[in-house]
Amino acid sequence: MSSSLNPSSITGAKRWLIAGVLLAVVVSMFSAQFNRYYLGILVDIGINIILAVSLNLINGHTGQFSLGHAGFMAVGGYTAAKISLVISPMLPPALQPVIFLFALVAGGALAALAGLGVGVPSLRLRGDYLAIVTLGFGEIIRVVVQNMESVGAASGLKGIPKYTTLGWTFGLAALTIYFVSALVNSTYGRGFIAVSDDEVAASSMGINPVRYKVTAFVTGAFFAGIAGGLYAHHKQFLSPTGFDFLKSIDIVVMVILGGMGRTAGVVVAAIILTLLPEVLRQFSEYRMIIYSLLIIVLMMARPQGLFTWNRKKGGAPA
Amino acid sequence: MDWLLQQLINGLALGSIYALIALGYTMVYGVLRFINFAHADVLMLGAYAAYFLAPAVSTVFPLPSLTGALIVTLLSVMICTGIGILIEFLAYRPLRQRPRLTVLITAIGVSLFIEFTCQHEAVFGADTKPFPQLLPVHDFNLGGLVIGSNDLVVVVTTLVMLAALWFIVQRTKMGTAMRAVSFNQQAAALMGININRIISFTFGLGSALAAIAGILYALKAPGIDPLMGVQPGLRAFIAAVLGGIGNLPGAALGGLLLGLLETFAGGISGLSNYRDGIAFAILILILLFKPAGLLGKATVEKV
Repeated sequence: MSSSLNPSSITGAKRWLIAGVLLAVVVSMFSAQFNRYYLGILVDIGINIILAVSLNLINGHTGQFSLGHAGFMAVGGYTAAKISLVISPMLPPALQPVIFLFALVAGGALAALAGLGVGVPSLRLRGDYLAIVTLGFGEIIRVVVQNMESVGAASGLKGIPKYTTLGWTFGLAALTIYFVSALVNSTYGRGFIAVSDDEVAASSMGINPVRYKVTAFVTGAFFAGIAGGLYAHHKQFLSPTGFDFLKSIDIVVMVILGGMGRTAGVVVAAIILTLLPEVLRQFSEYRMIIYSLLIIVLMMARPQGLFTWNRKKGGAPA
Repeated sequence: MDWLLQQLINGLALGSIYALIALGYTMVYGVLRFINFAHADVLMLGAYAAYFLAPAVSTVFPLPSLTGALIVTLLSVMICTGIGILIEFLAYRPLRQRPRLTVLITAIGVSLFIEFTCQHEAVFGADTKPFPQLLPVHDFNLGGLVIGSNDLVVVVTTLVMLAALWFIVQRTKMGTAMRAVSFNQQAAALMGININRIISFTFGLGSALAAIAGILYALKAPGIDPLMGVQPGLRAFIAAVLGGIGNLPGAALGGLLLGLLETFAGGISGLSNYRDGIAFAILILILLFKPAGLLGKATVEKV
């Protein structure tokens, strides 16, 4: 789109994509040698990277405050899981990647539709009101799922086929990073940053804030839905309690820790925060206490994030 | 008809509790313009304070009795007032000049910290504890209607608290200062109002109401646990927004409306499973069509 305008950052984004896909291919070649425990954690990291980077588009680049990312993840996860549960017994095993891809995309699409539903109220709301509406939206999705017999209601959805591999996870994570940074760094994407910096000034420059906000919500929700699908086919079990308020907070903390609007920082934060509970395993009873203290201390000491040193004014690094 | 009246009574009792909690949210929002997520946890701490105080108090004033209940309530109100002021002093005061979202996330952090600390074995433990009977219970039968004495206590206490709060805010020097800070913090400071003291006072007052609401809620609930504040807290927050956040009569009205709506929805079979979702659906609709709330004033953003 605009590679001539900003060649350095576009190559930056492409570098991420190539590195990510290469990593995915290489790692999945050796995945048979990995211990199952480490393999599981690696997949968790990949899924959290997708979630954090997609939320970063909404909370970081566009400056909206969403507390409902787990809701989008739930929509995508349940949709994808239901599709592969229904379709996979009918088709030969050779078609498995096709089914998986279809399930993921369908989950993402439905989550994007939900994102549209949340994006529209955001036309009128900002700041903490928007935070509460997105929180409420996440809760509504949880309540609806909890009462839907066809997806197992409160007892959860069991027996989802294990399709998620390292290759899928990191390939899609790289794609998410590439897509989000390329989008934000394009001529069109400068509008996200403009809306985040000053909505009134942006609209007086002819930028339609409403369109950017809704685009951010729809795109962010799509990738959260994909992450949900990966999660479903990784854990092979979904329960409504796994998508509560706390899960949304987890993703928000990743974005804050990494620095709002800093894609590289957010990726590092997603990795650290996925590993942290595993490292703290022997102190598991204090884990959540430490975690909540971390949020408070972080907000007091470094509200701009741990990995931000030289934010260029108006720049969205790849 | 009987069914309607019965639901009305239950709804009023539930709505009164929501109203009490909502007042705390709305007062803090009025002076500091942020949502104090930890408010719901102060409510829980109020109930636990009463739980631990009740055996000690009953050695002097045997429970259940009115005097005993009043003393237990008074003591836990004092404890919660202190906790509320302490939370503001430690967590929110250092962030006074920061963007509101920073404070909002800190508030979520404080709320999670209190919840997880209290769930630890060495503190309260995660299990549900039976709440002691503070007041003698009696059911009044009026025709086909059953009015529990606890429901009456809840409604009467709320009315008394509303009147007291109205008096404090409208008729005392402290209340006038509170309204001034809420109207314009800088101008209030220039008039010689000690902003920090007013904000501490507001947090104390809100936490005192939360403690009372916590005890009233515990009287009606099957038991208390460290997460007991989360659901009523969310509902009360919605009630505050429904009435127009920052507006005291609005919070009371919103609480009552939400309590009634929820009770009626819960009484209709098929809808009852969606009770948790209904409150949020109402919130989203209100924010879409009347973002300032029922009694709130619409503000125009100036450039």
